[in-house]
Amino acid sequence: MIQPKTLFEKVWESHLVAQEPGSPAILYVDLHLIHEVTSPQAFTGLRQRRLNVRRPGKTVATMDHSIPTHHPSLPIADPLAAKQIRQLEANAREFGIRLYGMESPNRGIVHVIGPELGLTQPGMTIVCGDSHTSTHGAFGALAFGIGTSEVEHVLATQCLLQRKPRTFEVRVEGSLSPGVSAKDIILALLAKIGVGGGTGHVFEYTGSAIRSLSMEERMTVCNMSIEGGARAGMVAPDETTVAYLAGREYAPSGDAWEMSVQRWMKLRTDDGATYDKSITLDAGALAPMITYGTNPGMGMSITGRVPDPDAFSDASQKLALKKSLTYMGLRPGEPLLGKVIDVVFIGSCTNSRISDLRQAAALLKGRTVASGVRVLVVPGSQEVKRQAESEGLHRIFKEAGADWREAGCSMCIAMNGDQLEPGQYAVSTSNRNFEGRQGKGGRTFLTSPLTAAATAITGRITDVRTLITH
Amino acid sequence: MSQYSAFQSIVAPLLVNDIDTDQIIPARFLKATDKKGMGDHLFADWRYQPDGSPKPEFVLNNALYRQARILLAGENFGCGSSREHAPWALCGFGFRAVISTSFADIFKSNALKNGLLPVEVSADAHWKLVRFLEADANAQVIVDLESQTVTLPDGSRESFPIDSFSKYCLLNGVDELGYLMRFEGAIRDFESTHS
Ligand code: SF4
Repeated sequence: MIQPKTLFEKVWESHLVAQEPGSPAILYVDLHLIHEVTSPQAFTGLRQRRLNVRRPGKTVATMDHSIPTHHPSLPIADPLAAKQIRQLEANAREFGIRLYGMESPNRGIVHVIGPELGLTQPGMTIVCGDSHTSTHGAFGALAFGIGTSEVEHVLATQCLLQRKPRTFEVRVEGSLSPGVSAKDIILALLAKIGVGGGTGHVFEYTGSAIRSLSMEERMTVCNMSIEGGARAGMVAPDETTVAYLAGREYAPSGDAWEMSVQRWMKLRTDDGATYDKSITLDAGALAPMITYGTNPGMGMSITGRVPDPDAFSDASQKLALKKSLTYMGLRPGEPLLGKVIDVVFIGSCTNSRISDLRQAAALLKGRTVASGVRVLVVPGSQEVKRQAESEGLHRIFKEAGADWREAGCSMCIAMNGDQLEPGQYAVSTSNRNFEGRQGKGGRTFLTSPLTAAATAITGRITDVRTLITH
Repeated sequence: MSQYSAFQSIVAPLLVNDIDTDQIIPARFLKATDKKGMGDHLFADWRYQPDGSPKPEFVLNNALYRQARILLAGENFGCGSSREHAPWALCGFGFRAVISTSFADIFKSNALKNGLLPVEVSADAHWKLVRFLEADANAQVIVDLESQTVTLPDGSRESFPIDSFSKYCLLNGVDELGYLMRFEGAIRDFESTHS
């Protein structure tokens, strides 16, 4: 009898090049994505060793982290960012790597353009010097973030040394209520397991609620797997996956397409295969979620109250929560609903795709942003931007009083000048609420695009369900 | 990479759980195109006032810890971003080991490639060490990779796990890329059949 296998095991085993006893596996990489921030030192390493890029066609570059989101005709004001961008251009040119550069109509956040171009495909191994590479797992790829030394390893050998992670099934059953979205599923999972709950594991998201999500929603969920400590999160490919990929620039075509689809549809966890860990969530019981602390695991239902550190028996947990609440300027027991905020950020590789922007625009249509609130809408790619503009979404955002930008990471990581001022409160659709993540001293509440848009309208943290039922 | 030998040092305690890599090195310092100078920015937002002067209450600003080679941190150290700038910054400051009860996966992998040893000890051993440091900030600890032990100030020894491959690489100064490149033949064979 053939041993039943999980989706992860199937992809892992089909990429094993070699493994010596007592050593990590040598895993082949199908697609390597690079960006300006975590690659320069890897290329320097290659030059020092006089090595070449082994398979330049399997690496794709773009710039997203430190680029400005103002009009592309304006110069890059930050000389360090400009230097990094020039260096990526030079490295791509020297080693023959395809680059979606500043002028490219396909430029965007690396985790948005990979799927958009059809580069991301089921069953692949995909890596990038960026922890949110987990996003690509939505296609049934094994995709994870790596460090800069490993970027160099992949450039030189197209392989990585990897220890086999354990598997963790996240089963989500039922259907989401109106106003509740994919972002709320993942925030709810993180609130349950904490930021270290998935360490050493790869998540596989299963269950009827996951099956009924669109590809963009699956990407939102997989994107934040790393926030639970899991380097990768996967969803088995199905008709939704195939329909998304059909006709994309780098997706196979003709006979190759038919063969690929057949192969992809077999990429699912066999009956009888077991996971090392599992958890089940009831989608129907979920409310819109919001974080109150300084890591993505510190989240609760939007109608909840900030927890009391004294309710924790563990001394270090108590301390961690106290420290977080001090930074956030919050009191134990305080509700977050109604809290006045300064900035709303709609963007990032978690929630900057066209469906995210459509949701936010639908709510903002015919309404205006509360006075005194700065709202930044940053599409995930220039392609998303064009699509949004062809649908007139940009006009809705602008007429409501929001700022409509060029594609990039922007205020998710605050490297490009889009940042919070010290003490400001932001509701953000991004993935990290760490201290200073969106600007030194800035304070972040993570939510879905729907909650962010609702909050933009009232200027206070708002339960979107009160706006959509009216 | 140089060989990792046993050493003795005082320990800088930073007893916070879930210290993410954005705290270890904030993103605005990631615009550099080389690895140098990162140590100056280690824990920048916890370490410096907005005007750039040191915050006196932050542990690494205590002159005593300028020579510390070991950092003692709370659980799940290094979560968040994959930036290898985090171990570069820790090494740049002079650290050679971080002791915690657990580490985030990507951080651990990055640290091992830079001669920074993630020393994972039990909650009991961690607690014991905290008590020793509270009693005497100058207490010395020995980290010995060969025997996979840390020797606490009272002479008691606590063991820590490390996979045999990383241990071999660290002890012998072997670089992982060199190892990987020996598999050129296997990689070529794999490529000839892999679609
Ligand atoms: S949008 Fe944010 S999380 Fe995503 S790749 Fe950019 S900086 Fe990283």
